[in-house]
Amino acid sequence: MSKNKEYLIKRGNSEYEVIIGLEVHAQVLSKSKLFSDSPTNFGAEPNTQVSLVDAAFPGMLPVINEFCIKQAVKTGIGLNAAINKKSIFDRKNYFYADLPQGYQISQYKDPIVGEGSILLDLPDGEKKVGIERLHLEQDAGKSIHDIDPQNTLVDLNRSGVALMEIVSKPDLRSPEEVNLYIKKLRSIMRYLGTCDGNMQEGSLRADVNVSIRKTGDKKLGTRCEIKNVNSIKFMQMAIEYEANRQADILEEGGSIDQETRLFDTKKNETRSMRSKEDAHDYRYFPDPDLLPLELTDDFISKIKKEIPELPDEKKKRFVDKFKLTPYEANILVSDIETSKYFEDVIKNSDIKLATNWITGELFALLNDRNLEISQSPISSKNLSSLINLIKDGTISGKIAKTVFEIMANESKDPKSIIDEKGLKQQSDPKEIEKIVDDVIKENPKNVELFKSGKDKLFGFFVGQVMKKTDGKANPKLVNDILKKKLN
Amino acid sequence: MSDIINLTLSALIDKIKNKELSSQEITKAYIARAEKSKNLNTYITTDFENAIEKAKKFDEKGNFDYKLPGVPLAVKDLFCTNNLKTTAGSKILSNFIPSYESTVTQHLWDEGAILLGKLNCDEFAMGSSNETSFFGNVESPVGKKVVPGGSSGGSASALAAKLTPATIGTDTGGSIRQPASFTGTVGLKPTYGSCSRYGIVAFASSLDQAGPMTQDVSDAALMLDVISKYDTKDSTSVNFKRGDYFKSLSSNIKGKKIGIPKEYRVDGMPKEIESLWQDGITLLKKLGAKIIDISLPHTKYALPAYYIVAPAEASSNLARYDGVKYGYRSEGENLISMYENTRSEGFGDEVKRRIMIGTYVLSSGYYDAYYLKAQKIRRLIKNDFDEAYKSVDAILTPSTPSSAFKIGDKTDDPVSMYLNDIFTVPVNLSGLPAISIPAGKDKNNYPLGLQLIGKAFEEQNLLDISYSMEKELSFKNNLQDWWIK
Repeated sequence: MSKNKEYLIKRGNSEYEVIIGLEVHAQVLSKSKLFSDSPTNFGAEPNTQVSLVDAAFPGMLPVINEFCIKQAVKTGIGLNAAINKKSIFDRKNYFYADLPQGYQISQYKDPIVGEGSILLDLPDGEKKVGIERLHLEQDAGKSIHDIDPQNTLVDLNRSGVALMEIVSKPDLRSPEEVNLYIKKLRSIMRYLGTCDGNMQEGSLRADVNVSIRKTGDKKLGTRCEIKNVNSIKFMQMAIEYEANRQADILEEGGSIDQETRLFDTKKNETRSMRSKEDAHDYRYFPDPDLLPLELTDDFISKIKKEIPELPDEKKKRFVDKFKLTPYEANILVSDIETSKYFEDVIKNSDIKLATNWITGELFALLNDRNLEISQSPISSKNLSSLINLIKDGTISGKIAKTVFEIMANESKDPKSIIDEKGLKQQSDPKEIEKIVDDVIKENPKNVELFKSGKDKLFGFFVGQVMKKTDGKANPKLVNDILKKKLN
Repeated sequence: MSDIINLTLSALIDKIKNKELSSQEITKAYIARAEKSKNLNTYITTDFENAIEKAKKFDEKGNFDYKLPGVPLAVKDLFCTNNLKTTAGSKILSNFIPSYESTVTQHLWDEGAILLGKLNCDEFAMGSSNETSFFGNVESPVGKKVVPGGSSGGSASALAAKLTPATIGTDTGGSIRQPASFTGTVGLKPTYGSCSRYGIVAFASSLDQAGPMTQDVSDAALMLDVISKYDTKDSTSVNFKRGDYFKSLSSNIKGKKIGIPKEYRVDGMPKEIESLWQDGITLLKKLGAKIIDISLPHTKYALPAYYIVAPAEASSNLARYDGVKYGYRSEGENLISMYENTRSEGFGDEVKRRIMIGTYVLSSGYYDAYYLKAQKIRRLIKNDFDEAYKSVDAILTPSTPSSAFKIGDKTDDPVSMYLNDIFTVPVNLSGLPAISIPAGKDKNNYPLGLQLIGKAFEEQNLLDISYSMEKELSFKNNLQDWWIK
């Protein structure tokens, strides 16, 4: 296998390595908000999921939602991270129209989760990416500037929704690694049920920190932070643009300013939002409305017991127990629903065939129709029967593809499709022998040629038999009988 | 009529329960007196019509088993009251009508009390003389052009002037005890976490605490029974076993150990306060208590620490008043200018001063030197008390370093105004309970108070000691009703 090609930015004789760190904002999967009991449904009418606490009315106080704490701890355990038994909620103070309190409740110096790591599967092996911390914070509302020509409108439905900010170490080195990192992180959280990872709905978004340095340099370069990027594709484009922008500056003898930048998805470029000098002074201090959060060992160990098998363990099991290749296992475990589907299918059918049919035909079908596996028109039960029908010789692999297509459109079970359309394989040796005899009788010239050494003609005979049986003859039997008769 | 308003809360309740007085008679008596006392400027908002209506309903089919059956009460305008304007003494909330009720006031109504209206206070409870209110200063019934103290100045003045049989205030650095001391009334600040902060307009969250302001100690115990309850809506509320304060009240304090902290003998303290304190000590001895000299070595740092912590929290708590969602708004060309116009017009000078101090001490580069250091001092002050309580049950000090002053005397000198809180702020910084009881008068015949500081959650002990002292002191305000028109 070829070594993973390093992602480097070249300028003249110089080569630059790209250093990337991510701050992922993942919405906690929870029915109610972090400090109030308002619902968190996506797409509700503006300002219909807002309590007095969310809108920061005078005298209103935050009360921690224990479920969100559990979710954060669960995620921390899934990231192999240290759970901090004592953490503190701080106020991050700034004014904005969609921030009703005038501060965001977040965790600053003492987050709920400390250092951890995530394993990425690269073509040339595994790579461990460090997690710096995970902390809980409130989301802000949404300012809408394009409905009213004069005024900005504010929707507070999101105000107070629980977010986990997951900060990676600057361990990522290419847009592709960022892709794998986000996918792996999302996969882990979906396994845990702590975040739905839906990027279209904004459940997962990231601030991307990018710096570059000459290959071989030890010291990190000055970084720029690209705010609030909401798709993997945009993250990759932003990194690509930003790394090249920084390389151009350094090549011309300039220096990078530490700043916050925005990615313009239409122009495919990043542009300065504010410099370090203009950075907000958030005046963090512990929120006096909330006591320090203290977790008991019992609380943590109970959550540990609820942790399901995670992608890495599952992959190992698939390789060890089912003898899948690491590549196959990776594909099957990356999404929890896919892995469930796979395990359902193989309960009663051949593993090798199941792997091939799922990663081949089924994925192609889903991809084609833009469906999640949970929406698959072919149930795991029906796919399992189809595989068994191939395995026991009822149909050939080729016929199976026809049946699969019908199943995809009609969601019927394969057996009734085969019966209805008469697609059952002819596996009676006597019948096949009769047909073989007919074919031999009808083609004396070719029999002569074959016997005189023209081996290639064997295929011709097979084809003739298949033609006579509408392709339903068991290919193995046809082969065997033909060989016997011709030799 | 004059009989009604001269009754203590508990006496009034007895008369209601015995059907000697109806809720309507009482309510009307207080309303009539309030109508004639407008020049004290105690009320920001009155709700008299509704009060009479509610009293009528109570008389028709009220529950006489309630703790406050049909009793009319006015409360500080820092408590949010459902459907009734709640201003916190500020222009920025001058049009704000809550759609919800504070937990503490809800407890009052749940026990049968009837709301008379909302009492004046310093803007966002920031002040020691009720001179920072957007709705004008309050006069004290103890003397013409005399401040009632603050920030619960309207509450203290209304109580002393007999416009309400009892009331509740809030105390962040002395806002219940100092005005009680200035007006010859009883003011109790319970242990932090006793009374819910839910629905109280926040000043400094880690210090704010609601408490009763009453004519005597029994009334304070009775009110505390009603308002001190665990509340899951306030994360700092503490679920401890509360006493049956009123019923358990005892004047036997034999053998109780009372500490006298030497650090409270401050320079320039008037002689009359010094002797008031001394008399208090003598009285306690007479009642069988043991007097023990103690030291609270970090006392002198309490005031500076308080004036860092309280403004820091306030600067953040008051960020929500931005003109976007509710309250006063002054339009601007853009969001920033709307904020600036709203907040510069909506807040008064003292509030702005504290927002600026608070913003400064939390700024990066200054945080460690100010806010963090103040928090450390706070811990040391708390440790002082913990240490002292190893040898004493309660601590006796004067409530204030001076008696009530004239309106306008200190408005140009914030620091001398802040110094008024010198004996009260250490208590808030430590989260402890403390009570101020009237104990004497100065040369102008203005009341003077003594403060008893107790151990956390031991309000009963404080009430018992002050109850026994009150009996012996038999303090009388003897007001001449000079303000009545």
